[in-house]
Amino acid sequence: MNIKLKIWRQHNAAAKGEFVEYQLNEVPAEASFLEMLDILNEQLVLKGDDPVAFDHDCREGICGACGLYINGHPHGKFKNTTTCQLHMRKFKDGDTITVEPWRSEAFPIIKDLMVDRSAFDKLIQAGGYISVHTGGVPDANTIPVSKRNADLAMDAAACIGCGACVAACKNSSAMLFVGAKVSQFALLPQGQIEGEDRVQKMVARMDELGFGNCTNTFACQAECPKNISVSNIARMNRQYLAAKIGGKKTN
Amino acid sequence: MELNSNIPNGPLSEKWTKYKINQKLVNPANKRKLDIIVIGTGLAGASAAASFGEMGFNVKVFCIQDSPRRAHSIAAQGGINAAKNYANDGDSVQRLFNDTIKGGDYRAREANVYRLAEVSNNIIDQCVAQGVPFARDYSGLLANRSFGGAQVSRTFYAKGQTGQQLLLGAYGALSKEIEKGTVKMYTRREMLDLVVIDGRARGVIVRNLITGELERYAAHAVVVASGGYGRVFYLSTNAMSSNGSAIWQCYKKGACMANPCFTQIHPTCIPVHGDYQSKLTLMSESLRNDGRIWVPKDAEKARLLREGKIKATDIPEEERDYYLERRYPAFGNLVPRDVASRAAKERCDAGYGVNNTGRAVYLDFKEALQRLGKKAVEEKYGNLFEMYERIVDENPYVTPMMIYPAVHYTMGGLWVDYELQTTVKGLFAAGEANFSDHGANRLGASALMQGLSDGYFILPYTMQNYLADQINVPHFSTDSKEFEEAENAVRQKIAKILAINGNTTVDTFHRRLGHIMWEKVGMARTEQSLTEAIAEIKELRAEFWQHVKVPKTEGMNTELEKALRVADFLEMGELIARDALMRNESCGGHFRSEYQTPDGEALRDDEHYAFVAAYEYQGVDNEPVLHKEELRFENVELKQRNYK
Repeated sequence: MNIKLKIWRQHNAAAKGEFVEYQLNEVPAEASFLEMLDILNEQLVLKGDDPVAFDHDCREGICGACGLYINGHPHGKFKNTTTCQLHMRKFKDGDTITVEPWRSEAFPIIKDLMVDRSAFDKLIQAGGYISVHTGGVPDANTIPVSKRNADLAMDAAACIGCGACVAACKNSSAMLFVGAKVSQFALLPQGQIEGEDRVQKMVARMDELGFGNCTNTFACQAECPKNISVSNIARMNRQYLAAKIGGKKTN
Repeated sequence: MELNSNIPNGPLSEKWTKYKINQKLVNPANKRKLDIIVIGTGLAGASAAASFGEMGFNVKVFCIQDSPRRAHSIAAQGGINAAKNYANDGDSVQRLFNDTIKGGDYRAREANVYRLAEVSNNIIDQCVAQGVPFARDYSGLLANRSFGGAQVSRTFYAKGQTGQQLLLGAYGALSKEIEKGTVKMYTRREMLDLVVIDGRARGVIVRNLITGELERYAAHAVVVASGGYGRVFYLSTNAMSSNGSAIWQCYKKGACMANPCFTQIHPTCIPVHGDYQSKLTLMSESLRNDGRIWVPKDAEKARLLREGKIKATDIPEEERDYYLERRYPAFGNLVPRDVASRAAKERCDAGYGVNNTGRAVYLDFKEALQRLGKKAVEEKYGNLFEMYERIVDENPYVTPMMIYPAVHYTMGGLWVDYELQTTVKGLFAAGEANFSDHGANRLGASALMQGLSDGYFILPYTMQNYLADQINVPHFSTDSKEFEEAENAVRQKIAKILAINGNTTVDTFHRRLGHIMWEKVGMARTEQSLTEAIAEIKELRAEFWQHVKVPKTEGMNTELEKALRVADFLEMGELIARDALMRNESCGGHFRSEYQTPDGEALRDDEHYAFVAAYEYQGVDNEPVLHKEELRFENVELKQRNYK
């Protein structure tokens, strides 16, 4: 198929960016979206142009590296799909495809379609873990966990940290990302000890890093490639409220 | 050079305990004075860095991705083995040890493998304490499933995303230490050289992938946990940035490469569909628990299937050849990966392959859907079925899946002794980057086990033992001539590549290398194919250095990143072929067509080849020196692997 691409090009964080159009012909329908960009880049390199920079790695939808705004949707318009899992057969011959980077103040542009998502790492560093040391832990079956809670924790933990939720949100809120992590541990007995601290610290860090608040539009859930539910945000809010009412200050 | 595996004396089951009793310690005040560099943040790197940080060392950890959470361990699907015997099916440390040694076709070190089996249980405890949401049954206790190469259910799993959950656990531990300040994290950095001072590893040169600048970092010890080199085959299940360059620089600085030809071809991948394809997608081999693998009994039917004139569902039950169940009644569809892969290739070579390429076999869930119902199948494999449908555009609940083997894992890697130390003092290798535990073939769900075992439970002990006599060595300056020389060498190599300005892209060279490797150094190798491969790789390498085209872009330059990796792959490929040519036997993932039993199984030669082949670098154009570490089996009897 033949397609027209409108791609955001920006040499570095400080440079002024612009859309550049490319005509790409004979794109195989079986190719993934990123393979289509590979084809474009190979052509650009041979012409002596700078290839389009974009993050990608596993190309099987789990590492969370890739993330492009495709025709106005993070990862494209198809549900539960990362950019690398989007195939060209979903487009038609003659289509114009607009490709942009994530748009959020918390994720500054590095180059072209590549953004800096280190704010997500900083959120996790604020307490998105259980503080056990290596060794000296009880036998794995000492504390049973109901299958229901274990399954819900797994559903929350399935987040790949791609940032689509932030990119989709008009407030650039990271509530779905943080809510998922808080929920994973809130659902497990091992996560209880630090529960109150965790939720307060992570929420405070979210504010520090410039993420916006949640106004319940649920755009995050709609665009999440891993189907993370907004009920995780509700669970986090309950936890947060309980921690505040409980009067426990963060350490 | 003398290879000394430093295996502690005494009975197998007491070696590790004895080692821990006798190892040297570093007191807390001294730990603060010692720096450790860790390359890579996969299961091995992240768990090691976190554990070192907790112990009180100063840790600098580097990853190539934008976040440590994206290392390729994240893509492991199926599970992690441990000898818990929760399933009450007769498992034990001894049995996990036996299965791993046998699965590796008797080419792994007994002492290392036993230790791996021993600490396997600690890993599960550790991960549960970290909040890893493993699958559970209705009692609330942990669930298990069986995996290829085993007759017990010892595999713990978190849906089809076990690697992701374990890595996020280790990433959490790492994040905790970053927050505390014991670990400093450097993202988007690629190690381009190892700095050796007075025979000891003391630092690295890395390239900042955003600014393009070269940076120097010094430490008292260096751990390389940079993963495997499967992308030497171009198409593989590895991530795009997975590469062999970090271990290759270590090799060039004096660390031996061990058993480079032991590469694993995974049987359940989605078949290749086109030339522009950038990677292959693996589907967990847990699918083989319920899926049945077959091709048509009649070659004519296979032809019609290839031509699209009939569909798989048109072939009646009695015309299907469930060739694994036929050849291996005891293990059936659960034979080890190398056996399953070769059997698929054998059927396709004989003209029974399906898909328009003829390079695929069916993996059919019809029986499981009838036995368990769609809901149960969906619960177990839903995400895999979805992934398949997305890529192939066919519904596996209706039409059987098509699978074909693909390069997945490299058992070979840097040679390490019992302490995971390479032949360069102070340089340690962990996870897939070392060669230690899987012999000639890795069992399913054992990679995660080894990565975390090395990082959480082995290196924290052995590293301390090494650093105990380094407490009086002050922090290193990066201004020394050794750092200067290493950085200059990297700078010159980059300048040389940029100056070529040829007419062929890096990817083109990589694809051509991959083609040579897959066709001639792949699932079945012969003396002739390997000799040809060595010559062809040399030619291709020469061509690369004359004709590669890399833009001169300042700062971030993704083509340059790829070019540096491919330049190393073009050297590695040759070593892999040389090693395969040297090893005149078939074992595990290494199958030399000349050496097979009358019914097509791998034929080992224990008399002449029961050794680890460790290569010492002698320059790009010179043959490396081969050192042999003889393998002694005192606790298992060497037998031909039999899965019948």
